[in-house]
Amino acid sequence: MIDPNDRAVAVNKVTKIFDGHTVLNNLDFIIPKNKIVTILGFSGAGKSTLLKHILGLMLPTHGHIEVLGQDLTQLNKVQLREFRRNFGMLFQYAALFDSMTALENVMFPLKEFTKMTPEQMYDHASKLLISVDIQEVAFNKLPSELSGGMRKRVGLARALALHPHIMLYDEPTTGLDPITTKMVNELIVETQKNNLSRGMTSIIISHDVRATLQISDYVAFLDRGNIVEYLPAAEFAKSNNELVQEFINL
Amino acid sequence: MNTSASPQSSSWIHRRIEKIGRQVIDAVDGLGLIVNFTGRVFYWAFKPPFRLKIVFEQFYFIGNKSLLIVGLSGAFTGMVMAYQVYFGFQLISVDSLVGPVVALSLAKELAPVLTGLIVSGRAGSAMAAQIGSMKVTEQVDALEVMGINGVQYLAVPRIIATTVCMPMLSSLFLFIGNIGSYLVGTKALMIDEAMYLSKLGEFMHMSDFYQGFIKSIFFGFIVSVIGTYFGFSVTKGAEGVGRGTNQAVVWGMISVLVLDYFLTSFLVKIL
Ligand SMILES: Nc1ncnc2c1ncn2[C@@H]1O[C@H](COP(=O)(O)OP(=O)(O)OP(=O)(O)O)[C@@H](O)[C@H]1O
Ligand SMILES: [Mg+2]
Repeated sequence: MIDPNDRAVAVNKVTKIFDGHTVLNNLDFIIPKNKIVTILGFSGAGKSTLLKHILGLMLPTHGHIEVLGQDLTQLNKVQLREFRRNFGMLFQYAALFDSMTALENVMFPLKEFTKMTPEQMYDHASKLLISVDIQEVAFNKLPSELSGGMRKRVGLARALALHPHIMLYDEPTTGLDPITTKMVNELIVETQKNNLSRGMTSIIISHDVRATLQISDYVAFLDRGNIVEYLPAAEFAKSNNELVQEFINL
Repeated sequence: MNTSASPQSSSWIHRRIEKIGRQVIDAVDGLGLIVNFTGRVFYWAFKPPFRLKIVFEQFYFIGNKSLLIVGLSGAFTGMVMAYQVYFGFQLISVDSLVGPVVALSLAKELAPVLTGLIVSGRAGSAMAAQIGSMKVTEQVDALEVMGINGVQYLAVPRIIATTVCMPMLSSLFLFIGNIGSYLVGTKALMIDEAMYLSKLGEFMHMSDFYQGFIKSIFFGFIVSVIGTYFGFSVTKGAEGVGRGTNQAVVWGMISVLVLDYFLTSFLVKIL
């Protein structure tokens, strides 16, 4: 059993019904603090829906979601919005604001949510960009002028700007070439390491079994709104769940 | 499912009626969604933070996009109108009235309506395209995850900016249109300059000007609400963005024309 103080996310008997259609079905599981946990599953299994519940963008039809000890279903909309600053999220295609330069993208959350001076913002943002290996020459480039891999790194820098305690990765390696995939995986592990001292849990949603098993501590398998397998990454491949085996051997 | 099926029910006429019925239902549904969206716009418009900087940026963007074409359309509309009115009025020897007649049509109808159509085509479509592509590339989700409401951040500033910008652009249309009419009237059609101006002063009243001004405020509002609405309604890929942009223009223009009718019938009674 995981000590309640060591839970980053506790999904407590969560059911989500969309117009009569059950997408999350009495879901019950815990994501421990300071670990990398990956949620795998076929298309339509409910992964994105689960992610939106963890972020408080959707509320469960039944059940509770606890994040860092806070029951999200008890918060009002304004509180939820504030609470969301505990999260950083890297989107599949980085979702950089395309009218802003790389630097402006990273400075955006600082502008919106801190009282930093422009110099402080520049300082903080440029350090973050350097830490994800974006050099100064690229600071003033627009997202359209950056490669896919660079965009992901800028997206990661932006997600880390407000020192989140939980990083969410949506399909971080889907559709990337092997070299960029490797780079992104290393970045996830490195981010986790660099931020561990102040607490950092990483949650990954993915189709990519191979990459997942290499970098995760735990792997969960979601099927039709249920977690049907949840194991340390090293044991996951040996699961005797048929669906898991089917998924791995695709 | 809605027709009691007789053997002939699959005939051409039935299918037609069914299709029209479905389109009416869709249109009513769509109208409901836009009304709901407008409600959200008002809700978020009055909640802090107020992002004046983005309003100014948008104001500049809309003005910049539309200024040249509004000016050109104004000039040529005024010039053409002067000709048309002159050749009619000349027959009954009231050609000195060209000035006020052109000015009145411009002030009450042509300036606000044509400017509304132009801004819908230029800025309304751009809004749908920008927001639509932000939607499909998850930039709107990125805002939400950061705790920033997409309607507040993206739609509200654009709608405020357009609502303020439209009457100015329409006034510009009116001003340049009158210059065009004056030049054609006095230089090409040889109406006496002093006569042209004195008749203009005699027949134009401030209330004629208000009517167009008030209309253009409403046009600015509706065109930007529709532009941003169709941006947010984009769900899939690049084709989705194209379709949203297209619909924003079509419905923006239609709503300007329809709204013009209702505003006119109302305003002529109170002004
Ligand atoms: N807002 C919604 N309204 C109605 N149904 C929804 C909504 N969001 C998701 N669903 C349904 O919930 C189910 C799970 O969707 P979800 O997006 O969570 O799957 P997923 O595991 O993320 O799939 P993928 O790998 O394709 O992204 C799908 O059947 C989907 O149609
Ligand atoms: Mg998904």
